[in-house]
Amino acid sequence: MGDEILGEITASEYKYGFTTEIESDTVPPGLNEDVIRLISSKKNEPDWMLEWRLDAFRTWSKMKEPDWPNVHYNKPDFQAISYYSAPKQKKTLDSLEEVDPELLKTFEKLGISLDEQKRLSGVAIDVVVDSVSVATTFKETLAEKGIIFCSMSDAIQEHPELVRKHLGTVVPKQDNFYAALNSAVFTDGSFCYIPKGVHCPMELSTYFRINEAGTGQFERTLLVADSGSFVSYLEGCTAPQRDENQLHAAVVELVAMEDAEIKYSTVQNWYPGDAEGKGGVFNFVTKRGICERKAKISWTQVETGSAVTWKYPSCILKGDHSIGEFYSVAVTNKYQQADTGTKMIHLGKNTKSTIISKGISAGRSHNSYRGLVRVGARAENARNFSQCDSLLMGDQCGAHTFPYIEAQHPTAQIEHEATTSKIGEDQLFYCNQRGIGTEEAIALIVNGYCKEVLNQLPMEFAVEAQKLLEVSLEGSVG
Amino acid sequence: MIKIKDLQAGIEGKDILRGINLEINSGEVHAIMGPNGSGKSTLSSIIAGREDYEISSGSIDFEGEDLMDLSPEDRAHKGIFLSFQYPVEIPGVTVSNFIKTAINESRKGRGEEPMGAREMLAMMREKTALLEMDKSYLSRSLNEGFSGGEKKRNEIFQMAMLQPKLAILDETDSGLDIDALRIVANGVNKLRSKNNAVLVITHYQRLLDYIEPDFVHVLYNGKIVKSGDKSLALELEAKGYDWIKAENV
Repeated sequence: MGDEILGEITASEYKYGFTTEIESDTVPPGLNEDVIRLISSKKNEPDWMLEWRLDAFRTWSKMKEPDWPNVHYNKPDFQAISYYSAPKQKKTLDSLEEVDPELLKTFEKLGISLDEQKRLSGVAIDVVVDSVSVATTFKETLAEKGIIFCSMSDAIQEHPELVRKHLGTVVPKQDNFYAALNSAVFTDGSFCYIPKGVHCPMELSTYFRINEAGTGQFERTLLVADSGSFVSYLEGCTAPQRDENQLHAAVVELVAMEDAEIKYSTVQNWYPGDAEGKGGVFNFVTKRGICERKAKISWTQVETGSAVTWKYPSCILKGDHSIGEFYSVAVTNKYQQADTGTKMIHLGKNTKSTIISKGISAGRSHNSYRGLVRVGARAENARNFSQCDSLLMGDQCGAHTFPYIEAQHPTAQIEHEATTSKIGEDQLFYCNQRGIGTEEAIALIVNGYCKEVLNQLPMEFAVEAQKLLEVSLEGSVG
Repeated sequence: MIKIKDLQAGIEGKDILRGINLEINSGEVHAIMGPNGSGKSTLSSIIAGREDYEISSGSIDFEGEDLMDLSPEDRAHKGIFLSFQYPVEIPGVTVSNFIKTAINESRKGRGEEPMGAREMLAMMREKTALLEMDKSYLSRSLNEGFSGGEKKRNEIFQMAMLQPKLAILDETDSGLDIDALRIVANGVNKLRSKNNAVLVITHYQRLLDYIEPDFVHVLYNGKIVKSGDKSLALELEAKGYDWIKAENV
């Protein structure tokens, strides 16, 4: 029974597999210092930014792609990628009416029509299509509170002092292979600054979308929450269907100053490849936040897409009494591979961290949790609780757990719980007997399993995530 | 309501049912008794549509329709309910969410509109009260951390919510203390009507003190070897299954 239903699902088309025809301004494939100079000049960047990029490029040139993750793929040819692609625009846009109608159609297909968003949900969106921000909404409302929420390109032009002060302070240029590459070639992304004591009145949200065949996407996000401020940030994405692999190497840096709180939620649905495992996005992301005294950073992610995922949203708990949280649902199906988890680095006294990871593997996929809990020599009374659960569907998938624990202080309290379970025939038959078909039963069981994580998401995002889980897993039976 | 003719079935090449004939009409309560391994649970699983069994011959007709080609959920939509001997746990799914899904999926299957939230809530209140369950039950994860008695009570709660035509109670008395047994039986009795039927599967006569059957059948070695009224259950209790075994060597 399982195989039949599994077959049905793998046959279902990727729901967001369409492309938009927009004239793109694309740089020829290849990467060298001239390409970086070109990107920088196209974006009219100041010299310090160009120097920063070149420095990153020089470092990257000497680095090797990491091979320690538990994933297997053909390494991208970095000289075959085009590093810049911007939808052609006549001028700066004052309103949505001026946006390319093709683009607006794309948004509609995705159900994220800006007008709708503007009118109904009260969510400000900085939409990133192929590396260039096309429209930014609610900027004025936010500006009244002194909140800056704009594209990274604009931030470099308009708030160079803030960008220069914080960029690369959490994820240094030389941090890792992909972070270095991103530092050299990032074309856009989002920048956010919440001033002292300000509670951001709305969820800040960014939708990412890869739109140009063969263009890598290198987003750079920098979020700074000044002392005593609060912000909830949402990031979600879906990518159009492609036959060739698309590289996505983003960097996200969060700075939570004293007493500040950042809640960062992601729903990720990049194209996972077809039923044979062909195509699909490579998602090699570096996400990290730093907490000053009494600050809190909470990462929540629902990962259902990508052919290969390599992602560890982490917290450096530098300040005393700071808190780090990581809530994750990672779903892999068909031939998807995910190696994801977190790092909680306890440096300050009385720091606390919580890790709740729910992995779901179906089809022939492999799902790995990799997490590090490190308690430094000065981190008196550091506490961590980790729970890593794996759910298997079918007998051809794999679930792996790689927990690393390093404690250098005798007062550290570290708890790790792990379970592996399978959706059983008994559970399905029980649901069937109550009139619930197998598809709905799986959705019900999976949503129950992920509840602790889904509960962390803002309401409207939770609904979206729940739908996404259902679509990703329709019919995968154990 | 249901007519089972010459049902023969087994699992992994082993014969379990060797020609079952059974007819249950609306308004009737039947009890099937028998020693361990006689095929009681197999029979209830096959009626509910569990696919693990090979059915070599026979037919099951439910309200004039052949059940054999219907999926378990389709059978449920038609009004067949099985109270499980070992109800499964579904972590993170609350009792109320589960029963809401079950009711609305069944309604959808029958081409009906989903039940409104207000009506659903009122019904949940009524049925929890009927089974003397605390309202906090509804927000607990389905069967997770439930005691044996709570699990069985929860099965009958679901039965009360789904209002099936044919309810099969598979060893519902096992794991119940005497108070819980009384409450569960009382719940079942209140749900009895001339339009529905109950098939009680049990090892012991005890439950039949509370749910009085119209007919009692003794299942042994895959066959119904004796049928009678409720006095048969008492006779069985007095003489033990060895009496049946001796007659059927």
